[in-house]
Amino acid sequence: MSKNKNTAVSEKKEPRASKKMSVKPEMPAMPKADRKTIKRLLSYITDNYKGRFILVVICIVLSSVVNVVGSMFLRVLIDSYIMPLVRADQPNFTPLLRAVLMMGGIYLIGILAGYLYNRIMIIISQGVLKRIRDDMFEHMQTLPIRYFDTHTHGDVMSYYTNDTDTLRQMISQSIPNMINSIITIVAVFAAMVYTSWYLTIIVLLFIGLQFFVVKQVGGRSGKYFISQQNSLGKVNGYIEEMITGQKVVKVFCHEQKAQEDFDKLNEELYSASYNANQFANMLMPIMANIGNLQYAVIAIIGAVISVSTGGMLTLGSIVSFLQLSKSFSMPIGQVSQQLNSVIMALAGAERIFSLMDEESEKDDGYVTLVNAKKENGEIVECEEHTGLWAWKHPHEDGTVTYTQLKGDVRLNDVDFGYVPENIVLHNVGLYAQPGQKVAFVGATGAGKTTITNLINRFYDIADGKIRYDGININKIKKADLRRSLGIVLQDTNLFTGTIMDNIRYGKLDATDEECISAAKLANAHSFISRLPDGYDTMIDGTGGSLSQGQRQLLSIARAAVADPPVMILDEATSSIDTRTEALVSQGMDSLMKGRTVFVIAHRLSTVRNSDVIMVLELGRIIERGSHTELIAKHGKYYQLYTGAFELE
Amino acid sequence: MITKLFGSVREYKLPSLLAPAFVVGEVIIEVIVPILMANLIDFGITKGDLSYIYRLSVLIIVLCLMSLALGALAGKYAAKAAAGFAKNLRQDMYYKVQKYSFSNIDRFSTSSLVTRLTTDVTNVQNAYMMIVRTAFRSPAMIIFSMVMAFRINAKVALVFLAMIPILAAGFLLIFSKAHPIFQKVFKTYDKLNNIVGENLHGIRVVKAFVREDHEDEKFKNVSGQMYDLFVKAEKLVIMNMPLMQAVIYASMLLMSWISSKYIVASHNDPALGMTTGQFTSMFTYLMQMMMNLMMLSMIFMMIVISRSSVERIIEVIEEVPDLANKEDPVMQVKDGSVRFEGVSFSYNGSDKYCLSDVDLDISSGQTVGIIGGTGSSKSTIVQLIPRLYDATKGRVLVGGVDVRDYDIETLRNEVAMVLQKNVLFSGTIKENLRWGDENATDEDIKRVCRLAQADSFIEKFPDKYDTYIEQGGTNVSGGQKQRICIARALLKKPKILILDDSTSAVDTHTDAMIRKAFAEEIPNTTKFIIAQRISSVQDADKIIVLDGGRINAVGTHDELMKTNDIYREVYTSQAKGGSEDE
Repeated sequence: MSKNKNTAVSEKKEPRASKKMSVKPEMPAMPKADRKTIKRLLSYITDNYKGRFILVVICIVLSSVVNVVGSMFLRVLIDSYIMPLVRADQPNFTPLLRAVLMMGGIYLIGILAGYLYNRIMIIISQGVLKRIRDDMFEHMQTLPIRYFDTHTHGDVMSYYTNDTDTLRQMISQSIPNMINSIITIVAVFAAMVYTSWYLTIIVLLFIGLQFFVVKQVGGRSGKYFISQQNSLGKVNGYIEEMITGQKVVKVFCHEQKAQEDFDKLNEELYSASYNANQFANMLMPIMANIGNLQYAVIAIIGAVISVSTGGMLTLGSIVSFLQLSKSFSMPIGQVSQQLNSVIMALAGAERIFSLMDEESEKDDGYVTLVNAKKENGEIVECEEHTGLWAWKHPHEDGTVTYTQLKGDVRLNDVDFGYVPENIVLHNVGLYAQPGQKVAFVGATGAGKTTITNLINRFYDIADGKIRYDGININKIKKADLRRSLGIVLQDTNLFTGTIMDNIRYGKLDATDEECISAAKLANAHSFISRLPDGYDTMIDGTGGSLSQGQRQLLSIARAAVADPPVMILDEATSSIDTRTEALVSQGMDSLMKGRTVFVIAHRLSTVRNSDVIMVLELGRIIERGSHTELIAKHGKYYQLYTGAFELE
Repeated sequence: MITKLFGSVREYKLPSLLAPAFVVGEVIIEVIVPILMANLIDFGITKGDLSYIYRLSVLIIVLCLMSLALGALAGKYAAKAAAGFAKNLRQDMYYKVQKYSFSNIDRFSTSSLVTRLTTDVTNVQNAYMMIVRTAFRSPAMIIFSMVMAFRINAKVALVFLAMIPILAAGFLLIFSKAHPIFQKVFKTYDKLNNIVGENLHGIRVVKAFVREDHEDEKFKNVSGQMYDLFVKAEKLVIMNMPLMQAVIYASMLLMSWISSKYIVASHNDPALGMTTGQFTSMFTYLMQMMMNLMMLSMIFMMIVISRSSVERIIEVIEEVPDLANKEDPVMQVKDGSVRFEGVSFSYNGSDKYCLSDVDLDISSGQTVGIIGGTGSSKSTIVQLIPRLYDATKGRVLVGGVDVRDYDIETLRNEVAMVLQKNVLFSGTIKENLRWGDENATDEDIKRVCRLAQADSFIEKFPDKYDTYIEQGGTNVSGGQKQRICIARALLKKPKILILDDSTSAVDTHTDAMIRKAFAEEIPNTTKFIIAQRISSVQDADKIIVLDGGRINAVGTHDELMKTNDIYREVYTSQAKGGSEDE
């Protein structure tokens, strides 16, 4: 296998380096994008749960009304019931009992409203989390291969767990709490203005102070929360990579070093997390005590005004204003308690949205692949699988033409580089006729895999043209293009599930029989039948229960069941012994009869019977021809494949 | 159960104690300030006593500033304690994983370990911080309120006491019902992580087969499960709110009713019994209790969630590594000879052996080729030599000593293995190579790279040995990756070198060059070569032909060509093309 991406290396280092930069403690200032992030986050609620959210707000209002009524209950109870009773000679407790029971009823409403909004909020918060995860994953599927090349897997995984988790508390608790508090704040504020507008100015000054503190402390905390989430992603990435390669770690007794490196990242996470939480934790006591300070200051000023002006401010209004300011600072304290989780959630959301804003793979193709049949020599589109495919080509004038899919692939003067400055394929010209078996050979790093990556448009070419049955592949819808190409890669990448599931991955509606016959074709049937659970044996993506060769057989079966018109085998049999390989290739030959096959292999036995063999060197095709022709030529091919026998 | 984790608090014991200590100070001030505030109104403002107002206000301001400082300090130390605890937990788990043997690693999936080390630890961290900050405050406030209430009127305050068992029973019930659901929740985290992880690793397959929608569906299925479980669990957990409110409101009403009777009976005369003033204070204390009970119920919820996480963390920490050093292990490997005596092996310890009755005798410095069909246990047999797994039956000897008697690190330092499924790590080429020997000089590195035929292509990279390798080595070709892996193993200067199909992506010529270099440069190293190509093994001193987990034949190329059908068949299937043209 030759991915020949070595030249891309220098470029790829840069984004990684900049990624590292952004995690350093001296984070860039809290971006202005915060408001945007909040808006976007809220839109998840309002877009999908508008009705329920309104119900939640109603319930919250209801429960705060009950709270207010509850706080008045005491005075009413004393003034209107207890005191008259105390004065009465023959106390009649019935009205009191009635009042108590009525209050019980009101409380019950409050409890129910509270329970109801909490319950709805669970649905909303979990629903939003699910939707965000789903959206993220769906979007991730559309990202170009390049994205996956340059991002650590564990870091990406962290978006789905650690970052999404930060939103949970914010949505389910902080939002209702804040709504509740805001309602109280507004009501109390109105009452304060009504009582004394100039004392309200003092309150406003304190609010200003509180805002200032929130901005300072909260802002600092926010920066650290962002770096906490980034560090967490890094730790996640490191653990994922190291545990995936844990066996290599063991073989090299590299445990000590792995621990040291981990400790560094762990320490970084610790300090970000410590700082973030430290500032967030400070918010609440600071806010609460600013509230208390405000109380004392108002008392002094109020008293001074009252005493010095002689009654411009009555004692009663000072007292009630003080009460009000107390009920004013309480909800502010509650809000500040929630700020903690809000700030953290914003840090998580920012990372989540950054993934969602990654640019998708571009696809301007409009030519699609359809099942077809021949009627009177004409190609007609049809529903059922006929073994015959056609490219459906809509034209600007509204007409549609059909071209039969033959597997004719031509590359004309193709240049390509993973980075524009560094071209790795030069003037590659290639003409694969339908039904031919075309092999690419060459030293490692010659650009063999790169060519196949261009045919299925994992990457787009810089210059030249690739035509598939005469159609420029840029015009073909990517999904259809790829559907027409079966690919077996050296890295097998199976998925957790049964063996049957894994084979069926090639064609989701394949019957068990189809899967089994594909397995027979790939010569995997015999070892599968020997497993305790046969085709129902569970395997996992990396699992050790199957040998590398067996996994390759499975991935060949997976491609075979798809029954593709064109097949690309990229070192597909490198871990399979040559005897088995011979059987596999017999099967494949009969399957692919009349269809085009591209083969990349180092093994002579794999490529020998190809119709055309392309010898690549440093991104150029230097020899082409059949095995016999090339051997006769005594060129590079001859050297590559007979060298070993001659060396001795 | 949680106590098992307390060992990980270590150097953060002091902050863990300081935070609640500061909270105590804060709580005391919090209790005093409202009393002062009441006095400010009653004796200051109402009476128009300016000097009293000044004095008291200044006192309040001073107390507030103290409370602010104490609160901030408590917050700081709580953050430190929790973040530190989390750090130590991650470290303990990670270190433990490093002690795992291959079979331990097989038991936990990567995704599960990743979730445990991050998500679960974060849960515990949050719960721990919450506990350190409020576990002390809320009970203290509740007890304080309770004491004050009892001092006013013990009979009425009994109502308070009565509600505690009801609440406790309710909480316990919710707790026991919610816990098993949360356990399931975290299992779905593992699943979710697994799907994302496999998707990332296999993205080329996904795209090549145009299975984006299928993957979406798979993902949505799990995220849906997660949704269902979370909703179910949280629905239970939020029951504690109405429960608590109902109990509190009920006792409030009950208290109002009883108090009213007392007040009426005493004619609101403090000398005769209860007054409205006392009633008001009782009410205030009850409210205070309610606030703190709410806080407690929040802690309670976090504990429910984190309990499942704690269990998962403990599982990792308590997993016993399968392979351990014997007492008094042998610290030196004499030579590179290898003996297998009646060795059978099965991965799960069952009697379905994938390797049966293997006897082998290889002397130091020999080159051994291993050949055999797919699934004939070629990899398994060599994994027993560096003791990656222990033989189920029989014994494996290296340098004349049972591998189980060696210090594991000593053994593995002398037995270098290039795994079939080999991994490069993100980092520069040089960093990857230094895995073999941390102190290797640049000359050492170049030398082994020349041996592994990697020097030439590395030199062609713009950054040469400092070229950055992406995760999994996606930016070098398969053959290049294999050669770097071989160089990495050579850097260990081992007595035994095992190549498990390590040149499959290397062309024949380069493959031959590597073997030639081995023969010339490290003749005293015992070499095991697993290969598919006959050419890779044909000049070996001994070739082992494996078939279905048993040794079919052992011999040299010439001997096997004469006597062994399997070997001959493999040979002819590969040599045919070449011979036609000769």
